[in-house]
Amino acid sequence: MNDPILEMRGVSKSFFGIKALRAVDLTVYPGEIHALMGENGAGKSTLMKILSGAYRPDPGGEIRIEGKPVRIEGPLGGRAAGISIIYQELSLAPNLSVAENIYLGREISRSGLLARGTMRQGVGPILERLGADFQPSTLVAHLSMGQRQLVEIARALHARSKILIMDEPTTALSAGESERLFMLIRQLRAEGLAIIYISHRMDEVYALGDRVTVLRDGRLVGSLDKPEIRADTIVRLMVGRDVSSFYKKDHDPEAGRGHPVLGAIDMSDGLRVKGCSLTVHAGEVVGLAGLIGAGRTELAHLIIGAAAKTSGRLELEGQPIDIRTPGEALEAGIAYLTEDRKALGLFLDMSCLDNINLAVLGRDAKLGWFLDGDKARERADRAFAGLSIRAANAGVPAGGLSGGNQQKVLLSRLLAIAPKILILDEPTRGVDVGAKSEIYSIIDNLAKAGTAILVISSDLPEIIGICDRVIVMRSGHIAGEVNRTETAPLNQEDIMALATGMEHLDA
Amino acid sequence: MPDNGSTQAKAATANGLAAAQETRRQRIRLLIRAAGMLPVLLLLCAGFHYLSDGRFFTGQNLGIVLQQAAVNTVLAAGMTFVILTGGIDLSVGSILAASAMAGLTMSKLPELGALWLPAAVLTGLGFGVVNGALIALLRLPPFIVTLGSLTAVRGLARLLGADTTVFNPSIPYAFIGNGSLTLVPGVASIPWLSVIALLVILASWLVLRRTVLGVHIYAVGGNESAARLAGIKVWAVLIFVYGVSGLLAGLGGAMQAARLYAANGLQLGQSYELDAITAVILGGTSFVGGIGSIWGTLVGALIIAVLSNGLILTGVSDIWQYVIKGLVIIGAVALDRYRLQGSART
Repeated sequence: MNDPILEMRGVSKSFFGIKALRAVDLTVYPGEIHALMGENGAGKSTLMKILSGAYRPDPGGEIRIEGKPVRIEGPLGGRAAGISIIYQELSLAPNLSVAENIYLGREISRSGLLARGTMRQGVGPILERLGADFQPSTLVAHLSMGQRQLVEIARALHARSKILIMDEPTTALSAGESERLFMLIRQLRAEGLAIIYISHRMDEVYALGDRVTVLRDGRLVGSLDKPEIRADTIVRLMVGRDVSSFYKKDHDPEAGRGHPVLGAIDMSDGLRVKGCSLTVHAGEVVGLAGLIGAGRTELAHLIIGAAAKTSGRLELEGQPIDIRTPGEALEAGIAYLTEDRKALGLFLDMSCLDNINLAVLGRDAKLGWFLDGDKARERADRAFAGLSIRAANAGVPAGGLSGGNQQKVLLSRLLAIAPKILILDEPTRGVDVGAKSEIYSIIDNLAKAGTAILVISSDLPEIIGICDRVIVMRSGHIAGEVNRTETAPLNQEDIMALATGMEHLDA
Repeated sequence: MPDNGSTQAKAATANGLAAAQETRRQRIRLLIRAAGMLPVLLLLCAGFHYLSDGRFFTGQNLGIVLQQAAVNTVLAAGMTFVILTGGIDLSVGSILAASAMAGLTMSKLPELGALWLPAAVLTGLGFGVVNGALIALLRLPPFIVTLGSLTAVRGLARLLGADTTVFNPSIPYAFIGNGSLTLVPGVASIPWLSVIALLVILASWLVLRRTVLGVHIYAVGGNESAARLAGIKVWAVLIFVYGVSGLLAGLGGAMQAARLYAANGLQLGQSYELDAITAVILGGTSFVGGIGSIWGTLVGALIIAVLSNGLILTGVSDIWQYVIKGLVIIGAVALDRYRLQGSART
């Protein structure tokens, strides 16, 4: 094999004391497609952002390109070093033409005036080489997602990049467009480019990867050459850690499993959710697992009426129910804890008291309109004691609390309506370890009391630790369900296999 | 609930003393925050009293100040509802003019003359609800919608009087424009206009702080997406606040009509929206919504009135009055920001 084009030695990155990347060594050769895999949060994006210059690595590591040590600094640093990145969300300006986008930031001007003609001529050959079916003067807004990806690649080639990083490039593409993209990627490999291909999808990695590197918890846990690429090996590398004991599961899933509370049948939004059905029973905790972008949050939004559905119906305790707004969902006893508590959940300037009481103000009101201060204070006090919310008093603004306490305030609002079904979307995101285990115990107690609970989480150990069974989504579909058996508990490998879609490949 | 609840409660009692102290400190901080621009207002009053050789703090002059502040206070109260949701209502001046025209026209009808007051207020409410519906249901930006109605309603105001000034020297209830409520005969009285303004402030406080709707208004301004997910009917809240703003602009129109016995669709209420917005901002209400109080708005409206009155009393020329008013507004808000720095987002 020839000399490596990119060598990373001992590259680390920490944010406020948390290690996102620990001494990663990565070697990439020209003319290879190097697949980078890992769970959500394993450190893939951090690694990529270091290569693009968006993050500066911690001192101590070294990055060499073609054998020469380089420092990649600032957003243009990556490009200057010969590295181009194509992000999941494309970074094109839709209001500009193809040529203008390709030359963005490096426009050619003659005596201060933009030389549009020269720029168009400049990109012509590249577009031809890529087999593009559009003109340099076409507005990007008029292009399909696949065509836009071509523009991104053209931009990279035009910058004479030798390393092309692609982050889940097929998420927004149709099957045909993906196939064409793969052909193009192989062509670029033949031309000697090094391609780092980040994907969650096992079939793509099989089809394209010359080598696979797996990251876990910020560490590089293994690199596999083509003959060694096997689904089970990769999954073991991706998951491989112990379920710690701080999850609490005292409720008895067998005894507790009561009548079906929520039934969602054939839910679709015409975009991200495609014909999903699921049932949650009283007193059970069901996990909804899947990779980021699999459509889990979107499905939850359909259930609570926060998004419009194109098909599907709901049943609550066996009765059909029509829910069109989150308000109707709350009235029916369906509560949803958002994954983004700051943007979609809390009112940061309002007091904890108001935040906790918000959903039941109308129910508690005197004469239908006037606030009942005593009831509100009682409720807030109960929530503070029951959920161990730590704040000076209920009158302080919710924005001043720690993440864990904010989450408990938001949870108190939902519990105030005494929900029949509680949908928790990433309930422990951005929450410290202590509050995490408290939240697990709250969930456990609710299940014991007969509440039906659906937990969306990207944290597999968490799902396994607190759930009785796990439904897995992939690309908008329900990919399958993982159950515990008499002999075996839930296991991460089964969930990962469903989430990435490699159960077909191994079969 | 978690079994450590009782231990937690004990810990809470142990921390009771510290918590009480913290609560007191919190209260003081809130008080300072609520007082807001009040020190500025008092300083202005004292300054003008000194500069005008003691002519400011006289019963007669204070009556004039209160009367001059009345209409703007009413408009600014409505504006407070709107700005608390993160919106803006640029059309209040025009709505005021159209409502005054509608009221005066009605007052000249022989049989229905006595109904001119509700007619003016309902005209304002109607325009406000249209604003609100466009913003809430068609999801158009408030700035654009009310900028449009600023112009369109002004046109309608002119249309109502066939582009002339409408007079009615015998308009019913004229006392609300020029009469005073006698508190102590011969000693103290308060203009009816000011009584109305004060009642509007009280009613606004009641709605904003003591009703479910009030919390919902703050919630929509604080975080509209979260409000929607929390089950709040955001559209209804928006229609309500623009409706209130329109209704109070209509009331302002009625107050002007009763005071002047006349209205002109072209001139009445020109650029009143700016004074109303200024009063709200001076009162410490956040432009992005979610933070603010009606008492702040009252103080803001009084600052504007005191400034106008004091500058006239001290004999400052009309031209310089503009310059000084503008600078005081910028300076006052700068001071406010400086004072609040680090306490919370504004």
